[in-house]
Amino acid sequence: MNQYDTSASGRLPHAFTTPGSASFVEFLSSHAPHLLPGNRPTGEVQAPHGTTIVSLTFDGGIVMAGDRRATMGSMIASRDIEKVFPADEYSAVGIAGTAGLAIELVRLFQLELEHYEKIEGSLLSLDGKANRLATMIRGNLGLAMQGLAVVPLFGGYDLDKRIGRIFSYDVTGGRYEEHDHHAVGSGSEFARGSLKKLWKHGLDAEGAVRVGVEALWDAADDDSATGGPDRTRGIWPVVATVTEAGYLRAPDDQLAAIVEQVEEQRRGAHRARGGVQR
Amino acid sequence: MSMPFYVSPEQLMKDRADYARKGIARGRSVVVLQYDDGIAFATENASRALHKISEIYDRIGFAAVGKYNEFENLRVAGVRYADLRGYSYDREDVSVRGLANAYAQTLGTVFTTESKPLEVEIVVAEVGREASGDQIYRLAYDGSVTDEHGYVVMGGQAERLGSLVADGWRAGMTLPEVLALAVRTLGSSPDEGGEQRAIPAAQLEVAVLDRTRPRRTFRRLAGALLEDLLD
Repeated sequence: MNQYDTSASGRLPHAFTTPGSASFVEFLSSHAPHLLPGNRPTGEVQAPHGTTIVSLTFDGGIVMAGDRRATMGSMIASRDIEKVFPADEYSAVGIAGTAGLAIELVRLFQLELEHYEKIEGSLLSLDGKANRLATMIRGNLGLAMQGLAVVPLFGGYDLDKRIGRIFSYDVTGGRYEEHDHHAVGSGSEFARGSLKKLWKHGLDAEGAVRVGVEALWDAADDDSATGGPDRTRGIWPVVATVTEAGYLRAPDDQLAAIVEQVEEQRRGAHRARGGVQR
Repeated sequence: MSMPFYVSPEQLMKDRADYARKGIARGRSVVVLQYDDGIAFATENASRALHKISEIYDRIGFAAVGKYNEFENLRVAGVRYADLRGYSYDREDVSVRGLANAYAQTLGTVFTTESKPLEVEIVVAEVGREASGDQIYRLAYDGSVTDEHGYVVMGGQAERLGSLVADGWRAGMTLPEVLALAVRTLGSSPDEGGEQRAIPAAQLEVAVLDRTRPRRTFRRLAGALLEDLLD
């Protein structure tokens, strides 16, 4: 038992029984600020960076997809890191930037939503969740200026408006609602180009998953920091849908089949143009 | 100089205990029952918002009787305790035993040092992977802890209702069976041979810790789902 969860007498500390808000982050910053992701001294450090995240809407929800690579300079730090997470039952968060900080931030964000739900007995609205995330990113600005930025992409199913919505952020905590599709991270330029051509109105969940996989594929094609599907090791991107039914991660065999189809189609297109297999 | 009246410590503690017991006895009872796939909580509660039964953590539930503002404060403290622990260690490391100890210390300290004891009685329960791993702790207003097996009844007529549950409960009952037992117990008449009261589903607050669910096992049962289970 550490000193932060019970006081010397074994009694619950006063901070615990003091009436306050339903925010876990606020509670943590007043009671145990050293546990916050942003509060730590740093010099120049080199740490693994997560790369590309894409998100797009479809009829009845959103897709959030991320590749599996983390890089440190020109080295591949991890080939099977996961960068897309459920934030709660009806939303997903994908992260690009300093992997260690980003994963800690996601953990805190997940807990923030769960804590609110338990204390208040109701879910935060999707806008409320998006704003909470913006506040948390803002808290990390000091580190971002030292090169340890975290840039998330947040999306979810809005239970009031009954549509899927996507939000992007900048390092200062600016929150922007995106329409139809968006991408963040080092391969985002290529992924955005790809999304622009592949996304169309009236996609269904399956079609949207495929578009997400293809956009990541195009990002990996041109950006060395983004990993493509690894058929040798069976490592596929993390692709999740969020609908009225909640967060659902696409199973590996579905992704393997999509990758197979996309590869077949691209090989066919390449040959049809008279290209040679090199 | 006037001398204060001498009150013996025995008398002082007895007065406080009587005071707390009276406050608790005013409220409606809560029944907590173990069943084959988890632990069920049930009480009569017309309010949809002021809960007496709540989620603390993945596998831990909370039920209370007595003064709402007092147990609500303890509930929030419990959620903060569990979330902080789970955040600084791991979700697996949050156990009901630690929480029960922290509650016991809190209730005990308030009982002996503050001018008024807390008029609450609490059950905290943790559902295990197997029925043998289930833990149910009952905490009284003075901080005493009892490790209960199978079932607990607390509140106004805890003793009478407890004996009714003891007669009807056995290990390995299903959820509809324990809910039927709970509703029968809550609706029983306080007078010998009195008429059994039927409690409609809308007047019940029911929740379970369901060991078959992944991660967060707490689930409220209400509306059509509860009516189906009670039929």
